[in-house]
Amino acid sequence: MNTDIFIWLAQDGITNGAIYALLALALLLVFTVTRVIFVPQGEFITFAALSLSLLEAGRVPGTVYILAFGGLAAATIELVVAWRERQLARRLPRIALLYVALPVGVALLVAWAAPRNFDQWIQVLLVLAMVVPLGPIVYRIAYQPLASASVVVLFIVSMAVHYVLVGLSLLFFGGEGLRSSPFWDARFKLGVLEVTAQSLWVLAASVILIFALWLLFEHSIYGKALRATAINRVGARLVGIPTVLTGHLSFLLAAFIGAVSGILIAPLTTLYYDTGFIIGLKGFVGAILGGMASYPLAALGALVLGLLESFASFWASAYKETIVFSLIVPVLVWLSLRSRHVEEEESE
Amino acid sequence: MDRRLATALLAATALGAASAHAEVTIGVTLGATGPGASLGIHYKNAFTLMPKTLGGEPVRYIVLEDGSDATNAGKNARKLITEDNVDVVMGSNGVPSSLQIAQVAFETKTPYMVLTPISLPPEKYYWAFIVPQPTELMMGAVAEHMKANKVKTVGFIGFSDAWGDLMYKATDFHAAKYGYKLVTNERYARADTSVTGQVLKIMAAKPDAVVVGGSGTGGALPQIALRERGYKGRIYHNHGTVNREFIKVGGKAVEGAIAPTGPLIVPEELPANHPVKKVSLEFTKRYEEVFGAGSRNAFAGYSWDAVMLVGAAIPAAMKKAKPGTPQFRAALRDSLENVKNVVGTHGVYNPTPKNHNGEDERARVLVRVEKGEWRLMK
Repeated sequence: MNTDIFIWLAQDGITNGAIYALLALALLLVFTVTRVIFVPQGEFITFAALSLSLLEAGRVPGTVYILAFGGLAAATIELVVAWRERQLARRLPRIALLYVALPVGVALLVAWAAPRNFDQWIQVLLVLAMVVPLGPIVYRIAYQPLASASVVVLFIVSMAVHYVLVGLSLLFFGGEGLRSSPFWDARFKLGVLEVTAQSLWVLAASVILIFALWLLFEHSIYGKALRATAINRVGARLVGIPTVLTGHLSFLLAAFIGAVSGILIAPLTTLYYDTGFIIGLKGFVGAILGGMASYPLAALGALVLGLLESFASFWASAYKETIVFSLIVPVLVWLSLRSRHVEEEESE
Repeated sequence: MDRRLATALLAATALGAASAHAEVTIGVTLGATGPGASLGIHYKNAFTLMPKTLGGEPVRYIVLEDGSDATNAGKNARKLITEDNVDVVMGSNGVPSSLQIAQVAFETKTPYMVLTPISLPPEKYYWAFIVPQPTELMMGAVAEHMKANKVKTVGFIGFSDAWGDLMYKATDFHAAKYGYKLVTNERYARADTSVTGQVLKIMAAKPDAVVVGGSGTGGALPQIALRERGYKGRIYHNHGTVNREFIKVGGKAVEGAIAPTGPLIVPEELPANHPVKKVSLEFTKRYEEVFGAGSRNAFAGYSWDAVMLVGAAIPAAMKKAKPGTPQFRAALRDSLENVKNVVGTHGVYNPTPKNHNGEDERARVLVRVEKGEWRLMK
């Protein structure tokens, strides 16, 4: 190995690591706020990336059906709950707006826009509008009724949601892979290194997003509510923070981060209907490397993972995944030795 | 109950059972969902076009879904044989699934039309007939082409699964005879977001040509990465890669990619005297009428050829036994070893006891991506 190869591999590792870092942050956010290990995080990547590719081809992505019918299902649940609690009249406008008008409206907008081949920027916005609302919708349907269940139950629900979404993904996107065209086809020479504009995009977007998340958590009332719930759920509720709202908010952010990751990597690689899962899993490993508690550590862990993956693919490509995933074993051993045994459940 | 009615009912049931035995039953398990879905869908599609009679006998097809999961494929095969009493099993997309079915077919003494290229130990091979061209036959075309172009060193990058192994072995198999050396054996997964590491290693080895052991759109990633890094040599693929989606995903980067395939992909361009031209052309036309223009693919052809082979073997087996009996299954197996010149969509099949595929060079052509289309190499 010479320096050229080292620099190339490092660049590749950092690009992938940046994506993993984003996902690690999203997973960590959802976990600390709602105690959900959000396995379907990867599906947002897939939905966003494949939807973008299909929009580019001038076709209506199946995501619109998932969005519209998901919204209607959530609306039905909300209506039943409201009716039982005799608050139907008061809540009706909000339900109609959030779970019916918004998803169906976006779906119709995309169906209208798809064959018109708008500028790539507009397509990206359409994809975000399609995928981001899926986060709260998934939370409303699958998790909110079980919000106080144990971590294990929530994890099993996550697996179920994952399988449902992957199944829908195969149904709507088919078995073959798709790839979208890069936003900007430029390349820059940096010594021996040739950097593609797309990988700069990935890095810039990751850094900006991480900074934006920091701003949100430090300087906005919603971010503070999220942090408070993450630190102490019961305490947060006692001071009047609605935990349902923070749940919705964390899933909204998770879906947003997933969608952005999907849009960023869509031009870099071929994505299949089930690719998101593996990418999400690597983000998860990154979060575990960071101890599943600290945002900077999770981001760092994800970056280390990206670099390790890149170098492993050079030295022993056949064992790459083995190397990457066995990284968590020593970390878990260390974590379990270090931590005093904390019971996962506070009694509700 | 009236005694006469009971007798009549009994007679009717007996009659029904007897008539059920008069038809040949073909049991199929395929994975149109799960990780192998991109191939399984095509295999499965072909069964909607199958003829209702074969060798003059009525035929019933039972197609089950195994989700590209080896355990399910094995279970399905067992169910088809023990519950539905099929005379022959077919399937599945994917090597692990096919190995499972081969085990069941061997235990239950049922002829098995394998739809994926696999290698089997002799006792299982006895019951299994492998429809797709052996990988050595296919990669032989690549090896010939490499020799003609004075390729001395070859870099290999393939899937980190059974398919990648198979392609590596097939490329290595011809190395000595055609005078080239394999200098790398890099692996990647279909879901990988980058193959930069592997490609850098190949570039460092400076091979004259690169062989990619991927399949479908999965074959595009290494070629794109190689071209991005400025690799100038020829890049060869395999018959698993030849479909339209590969070109759609790869775009300009896969221009010039060379791959061996069955004649079924380019029947229009075959010379008029090519033995499979007519069958291939007809099948492609029918398939595209139902599944859309450009939907042609090698996999549906394997399903079709498997059924044609069984069809050719039925008459001889009918002379020995009735369908639905163990004797018929054994007779069908014997007959499958002796059918001659069965013209399928992929080639001409002449199976022998030693060679349960029976295809020759007529079952392969080299194609190249030219202006975004797979074209026959002249």
